[in-house]
Amino acid sequence: MDMRQYLDLFIDESKEHLQAINERLLELEKTPEDMSLVNDIFRSAHTLKGMSATMGFEDLANLTHQMENVLDGIRNRRLSVTPELLDVIFEAVDHLEAMISSIAAGGDGTRDVRGTIELLKRIEQGEMPNKQAAKEQPPLEHAYGEFEYHVLEQAKEQGFSVYEIRVRLRDDCLLKAARVYMVFEQLNEAGEIVKATPPVEMLEEEQFDREFLVTVVSKESADVLQKRLMGISEIDEVEVSMLSIDESSAESEKTAAPQQPAAMEQAATVQSEAEAPEKQTVKQAAKMIRVNIERLDRLMNLFEELVIDRGRLEQISRELNHAELTETVERMSRISSDLQTIILNMRMVPVETVFNRFPRMVRQLARELGKRVRLDIIGADTELDRTVIDEIGDPLVHLIRNALDHGIEAPDVRAARGKPEEGTVQLRAYHSGNHVFIEIEDDGAGISREKVLKKAISRGIVSPQAAEHLNDQQIYELIFAPGFSTAEQVSDISGRGVGLDVVKSTIESLGGTVSVDSQPGKGSLFSIQLPLTLSIISVLLVQIAEETYAIPLSSIIETALVKKEEIFSAHNQPVIDFRGKIVSLVRLKDVFAVPGATDDGDAVAAVIVRKGEKLAALAVDSFIGQQEVVLKSLGNYLSSVFAISGATILGDGRVALIIDCNALVK
Amino acid sequence: MMASVQADWKVIAFRLKEEEYALPVQYVRSIEKMQPITRVPGTAHYVKGVINLRGVVTPIIDLRERFGFASEPYGEQTRIIIAAFEDIEVGLIVDAANDVLDLPAESIEPPPEAIGSVEASYIDGVAKVENRLLILLDLAKVLDR
Repeated sequence: MDMRQYLDLFIDESKEHLQAINERLLELEKTPEDMSLVNDIFRSAHTLKGMSATMGFEDLANLTHQMENVLDGIRNRRLSVTPELLDVIFEAVDHLEAMISSIAAGGDGTRDVRGTIELLKRIEQGEMPNKQAAKEQPPLEHAYGEFEYHVLEQAKEQGFSVYEIRVRLRDDCLLKAARVYMVFEQLNEAGEIVKATPPVEMLEEEQFDREFLVTVVSKESADVLQKRLMGISEIDEVEVSMLSIDESSAESEKTAAPQQPAAMEQAATVQSEAEAPEKQTVKQAAKMIRVNIERLDRLMNLFEELVIDRGRLEQISRELNHAELTETVERMSRISSDLQTIILNMRMVPVETVFNRFPRMVRQLARELGKRVRLDIIGADTELDRTVIDEIGDPLVHLIRNALDHGIEAPDVRAARGKPEEGTVQLRAYHSGNHVFIEIEDDGAGISREKVLKKAISRGIVSPQAAEHLNDQQIYELIFAPGFSTAEQVSDISGRGVGLDVVKSTIESLGGTVSVDSQPGKGSLFSIQLPLTLSIISVLLVQIAEETYAIPLSSIIETALVKKEEIFSAHNQPVIDFRGKIVSLVRLKDVFAVPGATDDGDAVAAVIVRKGEKLAALAVDSFIGQQEVVLKSLGNYLSSVFAISGATILGDGRVALIIDCNALVK
Repeated sequence: MMASVQADWKVIAFRLKEEEYALPVQYVRSIEKMQPITRVPGTAHYVKGVINLRGVVTPIIDLRERFGFASEPYGEQTRIIIAAFEDIEVGLIVDAANDVLDLPAESIEPPPEAIGSVEASYIDGVAKVENRLLILLDLAKVLDR
C-alpha cells in the first residue's frame, strides 16, 4: 500500500495528539492526582503509537510505546507523578514533536531516542530519575554515514591510517574554542580530519563539555599524533586509536544517528537535526537538487521576456525576408520551444499535493454526516502547473463535499436500495492531450432531474417553457447556475450559500471547463478539464478595424469565411449554419464597440469557438496568424473586463487583448 | 495621506488644464512619454486602455477625463505618470510633468470647499509655494472605481 497519501493525515493527527498530550501534561503537573488526565494522555499516546507503527516510523513507535508503559504505571498507581518524571515525559514529547516535524518536512522521522527510552525504562522499573544518573554518559562514539565510510575506505586503500582521537580538555580550560582550533590545526598538518563529534561548528561555539572525538586519516603513526596534540596546553588527555573500518560499517548499518551522551542532550538535538538532511543530500546528490520555487518563477519571467522578443524577431525576419536571418530565427524558435517545454515541466507539481488532504477531510465529513464513505484516489502523480495547483484545491474541496453531502446516501438508505452501505467516491486525475482531467465520481443517488428542474424554475434560472426543451445533460448543467442549491436542508457541509457556480467560475478563470453527468440512483460524475499550463498559450491573432485581438487556440474549432447570404436571422440574432448546426454569429466589433469599424463586406471572417458543447461564431475583419504568446494580467485596477481574460505583448511591443470565449458563447 | 504629516512633502508637480497638481513621490514609479495605448473595451470612459511598460501591462487613466475636464489632443508635453498605490499600478495621463518639489509641511492647507474645477473629494490639500498654488491629489480617491 502506498502510504504517501495518508502521510498528511498522519502528520495532522499526530500533531493534534501531541498538542493534546502537551496540554494534559501541563495540567497534570498542577493536579498530579487527576487520573482522568493520565487516561487522556495514555489514549493519545496509544493512538499515536498505533498510527506510527502502521506508517512504519519505528523510532516514533518505540518511544511512544515506552512512554505508554510509564503512563500505565502512573495509571495503576505504581508510579507517582513527580516533576522529574514529567521532565522525562516532556523530553519524550519534544522528541516526538521533532520527529513529526522531520516527517512533515519530508524526512524519515528517525532520531536517536535511546537515551530517553532508557530513562523511561528505568522509571518504569521504579527507579526515580535523578540528574546524576542521567549524566552518567555512554562514551563518545562516532557513527559513520555511508559516504564517510567510503572516504575512509578509500583513504585506507591509498595507504593512510584512520585514527579516532579522543581529546579531553582540562577542567579549568578557559578558551575551549581556541584549543579546539589548535588541535584541528595540528591534525590538519599531520593528515586530514574526516569527522568530528560534536561537529566542528559546535566545537567552535564551545557547545561541548570537555571531550570531543575526531576522526583523522593520516600517514603518521599514532604516537606522533598523540605527541603533537599533547604539546598543546590545557589538554588533559589524548587517546589515539586505530580504526578498523569493518566495525564502523557495521555500526552505520545499525544506526545512522550518532550516539550522544545524555548530558549533552541539548547539543545532541541540534546535531542530529543538522545531520539528517546532510545525509539525505549525499544520497540524492547525483539525481536531484532542490530549487526554490521563486527561482523557477524568475526563470519563467525571463523566459516570457524571451518569448516576446522571439515574436518580435520572427516578425522582423519575415519583413526583411533575408534567407540566413530567417534560418537563424527559425532555429532559435525551435530551441526556445524546447526550452519552453523544459521550463514548463520544471514548474509541474503532482496533484498529490492537493489530493493528500482529502482522505482526512472525507473521513471527518462522513462522520459528521453519519455516512460511510470510502475515497479512492487514482492518478495522484499526474502533474499540473503550479499556478493551477494553487487554485484547484478549493473547487475540489467543494465538489467532494458536494458528493458526500448530496451524492452518497445514508447507510440505511443505501442498504434499502441494495447498494453496499459504504459509498465510494473516486477522485481521478489523468493527462489527455494538452489537458489534465480531474474527475470526481460517486456511487450515490445521482442528480434528480425533477428536483433540479423544480428548483431552477422556482429560482427563475430557467423558464418553465424553456425547461421542456432541455435534455438531461442541460438540466444537470443547471446546478452550476448562480443561486442554485439542491440541498433540501441547508446543511453545514455544502449549503453555505456558495454554490457550484463559484466552482465553475474558478475553473473557468483557470482556462478550464467543468461538466457533470449523472445516472439517477447510480451516481454522478463531475469532470474538470484544465490546461497544462497557464502562462504561455497559443492564440490566433485577429484584426478588427485597427485593433488586434488574440483568441486562445484551445477554444477554437476552426475558422471560416461566411458569405453574406449565409448569415440568417433567428430571434433578431444573426446565425450561421455550421455543419448542420445553427450557431449564433457574434460580431466582435459590436461587442467591443471597436471605433472605425465598417459594415460587413461580401464575406465575414468567422472564428468558430466552443465552450463545452456550445458553439459560437466570432466575426472579425481578418485573421493575422497563429502565435505563442505570454498571458499577462490586466493588473489589479482592471480586474474584471467583460469577455477579456487578459493581455499579451506582441512582437512589435504593443499590447493585444485576449478574448475570453467562455463569456461570448451563450 | 493627510496634511497632518509633519515632515516636508516631496512631490511630483504636474499640469492639468491651467492648474498645477502634486503627487507625493512615494507613489510615483516613473514618468513616461506618450506611447501607443491599447483600448480596453467595456471600461470607464477615463480608462484609455493599457500600455506595455517594460513587459508589464499597465492600465492608463486620462486624468482630464477622470476629473470631467474637456479632453485635449495629446501633445509633445503630454506625460504618463506611473503611480502605484497598494497593489494597484496605473499610468496617469497629464498635460505636462514639470518638476520635483519639496513642500514644507506648514505650506500645506486642508482643501477648501471647492478649488479650481476638481471636485474637493479628490484633493488632499493645497500648498502655496512662492507664487504657485499646488493641488495635492488623493491618489486613493482617484483610483477608487
